[in-house]
Amino acid sequence: MAVDKTMNVLVVDDYATMRRIIRNLLNQIGFPNIDEASDGSAALKMFGEKKYGMIVSDWNMEPMSGMDLLKGIRGSASENKSVPFIMVTAESKTENIIAAKQAGVNNYIVKPFNAETLKAKITAVLGAL
Amino acid sequence: MSAANQYDRSKVVTIVNSVIAKMADSTDANQEAVIKELRGVLDVIQAFRQDIAGLRPQDLTAKHVPGATDELDAVVTATKQATDTIMSSCEVMEKAAAGKADPLAQTVSDEVTKIYEACSFQDVTGQRIKKVVGVLGEIQSKVEHLLEIVGHNDDTVSQDTRTGDARLLNGPQMPANAMSQEDIDKLLASFD
Repeated sequence: MAVDKTMNVLVVDDYATMRRIIRNLLNQIGFPNIDEASDGSAALKMFGEKKYGMIVSDWNMEPMSGMDLLKGIRGSASENKSVPFIMVTAESKTENIIAAKQAGVNNYIVKPFNAETLKAKITAVLGAL
Repeated sequence: MSAANQYDRSKVVTIVNSVIAKMADSTDANQEAVIKELRGVLDVIQAFRQDIAGLRPQDLTAKHVPGATDELDAVVTATKQATDTIMSSCEVMEKAAAGKADPLAQTVSDEVTKIYEACSFQDVTGQRIKKVVGVLGEIQSKVEHLLEIVGHNDDTVSQDTRTGDARLLNGPQMPANAMSQEDIDKLLASFD
């Protein structure tokens, strides 16, 4: 089944420029409906209010990190708690990747990244675009 | 008891002086040698204190580290502003090329994507600079603690002793201290 690119996508990053970059790259890939949050707590609130088809989140944010956001979503009572979650972060230690995987991340992109990598990871998570 | 109290320099000096005084009252000839050695310890402590003062460590904590932190913050701000400008220009180009079926539009779209990718440097460099600022803060804190331990309480910061061109060359000014082109033009005009 083809991926519904009209799905709502939530981009979470404390750097406004990075949100803008990811938003533009997602637009180019064909996802027009994108919301933004500047940290995990804002994103968790938005997750509770709207149905998202994918979340693309940074890890290192305050007050709530991307890892805590991921755990909050996976541990929630929401019907959408299994929403595809891609971590996009500069944290590239093995222990980080293992911890993210154990918390339920669907894929992991290390910054800096390119459009091809983003598209490949989204395809791996959602299916052929 | 804090480390500063435990190793208070003046307390050590007092103790050594006290021991010397007691030893001086004694008639034992061997004690003369001990007194001499204790005086040597005092000299070492005094020399250590003078060496510390000569290094002017307060310049590091009051001037150099805060200055370096401000400069790094300015780097983050300036690169963010430049990145935002680049992104805005790319978005305009992307919109202009959108929906057009000619090869030029596709080239614009492809190249704009590469610029977006390259702009992500700002996030990564920002995080690296944040780490360096954290390390500088840690160094400042540890130096202040060491100064407290050795009883160095001179907080006067050294003056700029450079002369001539060297005194005038300070690199980019911090935004809060910098003159605008308009201010410079007014200043120059005031000489006419």
